[in-house]
Amino acid sequence: MKIIVCVKQVPDTSGVVAVKEDGTMDRAAMATISNPDDMNALEAALQLKDADKDVKVVVVSMGPPPTESMLRECLAMGADEAYLISAREFGGADTWATSSTLTAAINKIGVDKDDIVMCGRQAIDGDTAQVGPQIAEKLGLPQVTYVTAIDYSNGRLTVRRALEDGYMTIGVQTPCVLTCIKELNEPRYMSVSGIMGCYAKPYTVWDFNALSDDPAITVEQVGLKGSPTQVYKSFSPPVKGKGTMMEGADKAACDQLVSILGEKHII
Amino acid sequence: MAFNSKDTAAFKGVWVFCEQRDGVILGTGYQLLSEGRKLADDLGVELCGVLLGSGVNEQFAKALGGYGADKVYVCDHPLLKDYTTDAYTKVLCDLVEEYKPEIFLIGATNIGRDLGPRVAARLHTGLTADCTHLDIDVEKYKAFLKTTSTIDVDNTAFEDTRNLKMTRPAFGGHLMATIVCPDYRPQMSTVRPGVMQTAPYNEETAAKTQLVKVDVQLTSDDIHVDLIEIKKSAKKLVDLIGADVVVSVGRGISKDPKRGIEIAEELANVLGGVVGASRAVVDAGLISQDHQVGQTGKTVHPKIYVALGISGAIQHLAGMQDSEVIISVNKNASAPIFDASTYGIVGDLFKVGPMLTEAIAKYKASKA
Ligand SMILES: Cc1cc2nc3c(=O)[nH]c(=O)nc-3n(C[C@H](O)[C@H](O)[C@H](O)COP(=O)(O)OP(=O)(O)OC[C@H]3O[C@@H](n4cnc5c(N)ncnc54)[C@H](O)[C@@H]3O)c2cc1C
Repeated sequence: MKIIVCVKQVPDTSGVVAVKEDGTMDRAAMATISNPDDMNALEAALQLKDADKDVKVVVVSMGPPPTESMLRECLAMGADEAYLISAREFGGADTWATSSTLTAAINKIGVDKDDIVMCGRQAIDGDTAQVGPQIAEKLGLPQVTYVTAIDYSNGRLTVRRALEDGYMTIGVQTPCVLTCIKELNEPRYMSVSGIMGCYAKPYTVWDFNALSDDPAITVEQVGLKGSPTQVYKSFSPPVKGKGTMMEGADKAACDQLVSILGEKHII
Repeated sequence: MAFNSKDTAAFKGVWVFCEQRDGVILGTGYQLLSEGRKLADDLGVELCGVLLGSGVNEQFAKALGGYGADKVYVCDHPLLKDYTTDAYTKVLCDLVEEYKPEIFLIGATNIGRDLGPRVAARLHTGLTADCTHLDIDVEKYKAFLKTTSTIDVDNTAFEDTRNLKMTRPAFGGHLMATIVCPDYRPQMSTVRPGVMQTAPYNEETAAKTQLVKVDVQLTSDDIHVDLIEIKKSAKKLVDLIGADVVVSVGRGISKDPKRGIEIAEELANVLGGVVGASRAVVDAGLISQDHQVGQTGKTVHPKIYVALGISGAIQHLAGMQDSEVIISVNKNASAPIFDASTYGIVGDLFKVGPMLTEAIAKYKASKA
């Protein structure tokens, strides 16, 4: 059994965010992290491997060459193999084009009867949650998204899927695609031996030509060119001016605030 | 003729997926119809609701017209009772291929965000996630930018297009992006629940709603998962989206979380509101997830939003910055929340909170 985990390196949006003058994100100036939900997906795969040592965990990422650092970390956490899909042609892709490229890579790695493909629910840079389901559609596999619990036995998965007001329990047969959220587990740290060994594990880079046997991989169908959606405008929200700060934090300050709210008919 | 998503001229009309759970239509459906009505009017086309379920109540279907739908496609089939990706995707794709709408809006619920991408991938079209604003008309879009962006609108060129302009936050709300899908149809978008306003219900238009019963082609072989059970959380969920007043607590309550939440409840009670929270409080397990405001929680725009011990991270601001009045209490004078606030008090929420409650109660008593 093999578990293919799709991971992405993203700018750390909780840290300092650099915006260029033209209103686009200055990715080069920002720290990067492994996308949080993807680490939950990797952890879920590694837990299945802990339970059965014959399980092989393969991580795949599409991104620029520095993405290697994240993939090495995944190997140090316990993944067995890593693939980086990287080429100028793939740049500027929306979720449609991204999912086509990742699907081609996953098909080249091969999805067998007892395999699982796992993704994070969404990446924190775009927050779309679209790539996982779109990979599932293009692989022609069933999907379960927002997964918060996984129970595996003999090719059958019983998973819990979060709803806003509860959850669904869903049974699904391998091969299938799952997208994972943080409630699922607590990702492990890299181990010392993992870090020592991560450069000895198989690491493969595939460029455009490596995937171009796939009919879905043509210059017209990947990257910016293959993306149905385009950016019309991007802009920064205006900084609101500071409001009225009350003097002090005592009873008088509270009374004064309440009388302002009263005068303005806010309360 | 085979379906071709690039033949843009063949597509017409605005559609809204009206999600039901347990036979009850979710509020996002009404919000999207109200918004869809404006888009359809700008384009001069029909607005249609799409309702999938089993034993669909015709009164419910007709009522969608009260929020603006001219027509409702009713897909009634035993296998559509509860949501499964496979069944819903097939039925919606069949419908789109037959009737070819130019715009298709879906609520960005946990179900809409499972369904939308699968449908868009099958149809080969673009999908813009979690939109917070939609425009057809360029002049209206420019007016929107004037109040929400730093762009010098009057000195900027805008491509004049009737394409749907779908605006959404990116990079955790640090940036806004307006997305178009010029060469493929339908133009699809998922829209954040609670962002669009529901129009008042109109009985006259409801009475005129045209119902189209769809001949659903579906067998159990189309569905590759087993839905074993759906469990609702036992506890009543807080209605943050519909509330006029939200009093939220942040990590500032950590010293005595129980008392902190109590203080917020008391303040919410005198103001006639409900209690919300930052993700830090939810992650710490101090309050349930349905209370979370922000990028990965709910978007609220109450008349009054009170932030007690919340620092004002951009992901939190993303969910509450459009509130009419924002009042913040934080002991750190340089907390970013003050930059987004209408009124601020620098102080300890454990002291200021109860004093505010008392002052409001006193004020209300004096007016009664
Ligand atoms: C992908 C992503 C999505 C996210 N989504 C959300 C989201 O949806 N919603 C959300 O809220 N966050 C979200 N976050 C988290 C966000 O970045 C912040 O970490 C979080 O909002 C901080 O919560 P806080 O303000 O309660 O805590 P802190 O940032 O720790 O702030 C606590 C504040 O309380 C003040 N304080 C302490 N004691 C007192 C006292 N006694 N009286 C008064 N003030 C006091 C402190 O001065 C401080 O300003 C997200 C983050 C990421 C990366």
